[in-house]
Amino acid sequence: MTATAPSARLPRADASAVPRPRQRARSSFSLGRALLWVVVGLVLLFLVFPVFVVVPVSFSSAKYLQFPPPGWSLQWYENYFIRPGWVDATFLSIRVALVTTVLATILGTAASLALVRGRFPGRNAINSFMVSPLVVPTIIVAIGVYFFYARVRLVGHPLGLSLAHTALALPFVITNVSATLHGFDERLEYAAMNLGANRWQTFRRVTLPIIRPGVFAGALFAFITSFDELIVALFVSGSGAVTLPRKMWDGLRQEIDPTIAAVSTVLIAFSIVILLSAELLRQRSERTRTATWAAEEEEGLGARE
Amino acid sequence: MATLTTEMAAAPREAQSARFAALRRREQWRYLFLLAPALVFLTAFYGYPVASMLMRAFYDPSWGGQNFAPLVEASSTVEVLGLSLPMNVYLRVFWITLQIALVTTVCTLLLGYPVAYALSSISPGRANLLMMLVLIPFWTSILVRSYAWMVLLGQEGIINEALTAAGAIENPIRLLNTRFAVYLGMVHILLPFMILPLYAVMRGIDRNLMRAAGNLGAPPAAVFRRIFLPLSLPGIAAGCLLVFILSLGFYITPQLLGGQRDVMVSMLIQQQVDLLKWGFGSALALVLLVLALVIYLVFTRLLGVERVFGSARA
Amino acid sequence: MTATANREMRGDPDGLGALGARVVFDRIEKRYGAVVAVNDVSLDIAPGEFVTLLGPSGSGKTTTLMMLAGFEIPTAGEIYVDDDPIAAVPPYRRNIGMVFQNYALFPHMTVGENIAFPLQMRRMSRAEIASKTGEVLELVGLPGYEGRYPRQLSGGQQQRVAVARALVFNPRVLLMDEPLGALDKQLRERLQLEIKALHEQLGVTIIYVTHDQEEALIMSDRIAVMNEGLIEQFGQPTDLYDEPATRFVADFIGESNFIDGTLTQHDGATACVDVSGLGELHAPARPGYAAGTVVALTVRPEKIVAAENGSAPGMNAVAGVVEDVVFVGEMRRYVVRMPGGQRLVLKAQNRIGVQNFERGDPIRVCWNVADGRIV
Ligand SMILES: Nc1ncnc2c1ncn2[C@@H]1O[C@H](COP(=O)(O)OP(=O)(O)O)[C@@H](O)[C@H]1O
Ligand SMILES: [Mg+2]
Repeated sequence: MTATAPSARLPRADASAVPRPRQRARSSFSLGRALLWVVVGLVLLFLVFPVFVVVPVSFSSAKYLQFPPPGWSLQWYENYFIRPGWVDATFLSIRVALVTTVLATILGTAASLALVRGRFPGRNAINSFMVSPLVVPTIIVAIGVYFFYARVRLVGHPLGLSLAHTALALPFVITNVSATLHGFDERLEYAAMNLGANRWQTFRRVTLPIIRPGVFAGALFAFITSFDELIVALFVSGSGAVTLPRKMWDGLRQEIDPTIAAVSTVLIAFSIVILLSAELLRQRSERTRTATWAAEEEEGLGARE
Repeated sequence: MATLTTEMAAAPREAQSARFAALRRREQWRYLFLLAPALVFLTAFYGYPVASMLMRAFYDPSWGGQNFAPLVEASSTVEVLGLSLPMNVYLRVFWITLQIALVTTVCTLLLGYPVAYALSSISPGRANLLMMLVLIPFWTSILVRSYAWMVLLGQEGIINEALTAAGAIENPIRLLNTRFAVYLGMVHILLPFMILPLYAVMRGIDRNLMRAAGNLGAPPAAVFRRIFLPLSLPGIAAGCLLVFILSLGFYITPQLLGGQRDVMVSMLIQQQVDLLKWGFGSALALVLLVLALVIYLVFTRLLGVERVFGSARA
Repeated sequence: MTATANREMRGDPDGLGALGARVVFDRIEKRYGAVVAVNDVSLDIAPGEFVTLLGPSGSGKTTTLMMLAGFEIPTAGEIYVDDDPIAAVPPYRRNIGMVFQNYALFPHMTVGENIAFPLQMRRMSRAEIASKTGEVLELVGLPGYEGRYPRQLSGGQQQRVAVARALVFNPRVLLMDEPLGALDKQLRERLQLEIKALHEQLGVTIIYVTHDQEEALIMSDRIAVMNEGLIEQFGQPTDLYDEPATRFVADFIGESNFIDGTLTQHDGATACVDVSGLGELHAPARPGYAAGTVVALTVRPEKIVAAENGSAPGMNAVAGVVEDVVFVGEMRRYVVRMPGGQRLVLKAQNRIGVQNFERGDPIRVCWNVADGRIV
């Protein structure tokens, strides 16, 4: 036997011992992918289609809900502006939501700093308490707040709504800001202090600019949480603080008035504008991040958990 | 060290240590100072009201457990897995609620998993673009979305009109105010809550693992089943827990889309409060909350789901 | 020490030059719960000295720097900068420059803004800031880079910006935590020389952290070798190499052989070590080691030679068998198995007249008694 013979035979001997994996046809693989994307397309359609279905209804010339619309008109938008209550409710909702946003963002950002950075006992318990409004059924919060407000005379007061909404919105600010803080390189703060910045200057000049996307996302969530909130409003808005969702609810319960389609269309356009500006902001902030963090940092918007 | 200053000799080691310990404590107090406003606020406008409302279950109208009595009084029995369990109108509502939550969770998982999988397998730029289609409904008010389903499912709604026009049916069928409508609406609303955590976990899966498995001879189906699926389990657990717990508290959608019989616990609680049966309403709320809590704990302990609801890093 | 001398010869430096400060760690201890990260560290660092903290990962180097910079508060002990106790001073009032691991450049600021930051915190005028920024960028060899963002720079350039930022406010002490750790070997070697030159030029006290012993040997006036929170030895590079205080130091710095044995005789100048199966070996005596203790005799591989015959006076000689040979270009590295089972590594230059051995060959090796050391 020559020296080269065994080595030449060796691979073949191995191959017979371990069967080669069966070669799948490439086409079946891409067929699977095609099928996957068909399913994905259908699911995405299911998600988006109902949202946009109200748009043509809002431009209908019919006097009641009818599809397809027999003709086009702006009568429902006219209704929205002329009929009493709608515009007032819109402005009230915006006011309540703005106050909520400011309160929740300030309180939540400060709390997140403490919860992420601090090492004090009970930190996890406090954190759980502060994000629990996310999972406690809103009806329970609403009724609890209603009993409480009845005693302190806050029922029917816009401020009462803002305060209750702030409680519901705080978890969103805390989760979003905490997520960005976790991805934040603490050495940057050390560096700032080492260079002579005191704690406030460090926060203003270094921490805040870098966690801004998280703070902004939290603020956005806070605004939307308040602006869309119905259940608490059902209990505590009384007759003095009728918000837009409350007004829509009343409308929906009575008759399906296409004015609601007009309002809905405005709200959908509003959400899309918010979403797009958030996306633009995210892209801009992405450009100011160093490459090394991009991997560490969580998605800009995060889950609306 | 012999040349050191007098100060050093003057400061005994114990006193020094105590001074540093105080400094470190002050550092932690700074954090409490940041935390306090939010904590006080949340206690006043959420913790206290909710707690005092739940307490009502035990003293309204009088002290004792009588508010829980209607829940355990059996008016009939029901067969579950060969066991006959007591049943009454209130328990039935809990039963319906659990059923709706379960079906919703399963449906969102089945629909959401392929979407998250597909989006996580393409470039982040394109995925973000498609993610817009998930986020648009996510950012749209629940009320608007429920209204949209009313427009779609109503007697003269789009689906009935289309089916009639196509000649598939002669008379409009009842779609709105059915359990099916509740499922549709809730799946629609909660699907993003499933897709987002799934997507986040799947993005974090190292694709080289799958290439390695392929290189080791695993066909695509095996790669998926043996590698990708187990690694995506945390996302599945987080998504399911989130959707299930949120489902339990649903109010608006079943109210608008459901029929007479599709009553969920939240609606029952609201009814009782309307009837001024505050104690009983609170008892129902307490049971619902405990149910949610137990499910949460079982999930997190058994499956080891961490940070589902964004807890602070230990 | 040479830096101090240089500076004194130049007289008072102008512009960016700052005189170094003396830094004293007095019995510093830092615990995290049960973990003792830094254990009773005492160091006296002279003004203008370049001192390196050298040790494996987790030995407490960063923690030591963090306490000097003010981000950690020691659990006991005190730190003095020019005789002022500073352990309780907040970090932003310490005026100590620091180059962080991975640099910690502010990603949302340009290079110019990064460097201006400490000057703004010290409320300097715009004109002054502009001129100082330009000056310090000149110093680190990056003139005109003010407008770039950190991510637009290469690793080496980022490192220079970090140095510039740490120096621009004329600190008297500069801390560097593994500043070259993220760079490739060639760049690292060039920057080592640049940092060294900067030190000579400015006369600032530098405390440098690395786990790379070669880097420490090249750059430092003195090296403190750390292990598990303790300082194993503090001395000049040559002392550390030639007279390691502990087995850890001998092992960590350069390559060493350790021959385990028992100290039998310990008179004035020479110690005898009894190695089982081999007999007695000799090494210079070390005070503090009593006869009867279990010790190791350490000797560097390059000090051992293969010798044909005889044992000259003042030499240790051992006969063994070549167990392994590795060809390393300019030299051969032999592993020799000695009677009794212990192994010895030696390096032989590939030179004319030097005999080559193969695996299994019998070999006689010897080394100067003075080159051995008891640890
Ligand atoms: N914040 C901390 N909490 C607990 N342990 C720590 C902390 N920082 C450092 N340590 C521990 O202290 C020891 C020394 O760490 P370090 O100073 O970072 O070492 P080095 O810089 O030499 O690698 C390590 O064992 C590390 O685990
Ligand atoms: Mg370190």
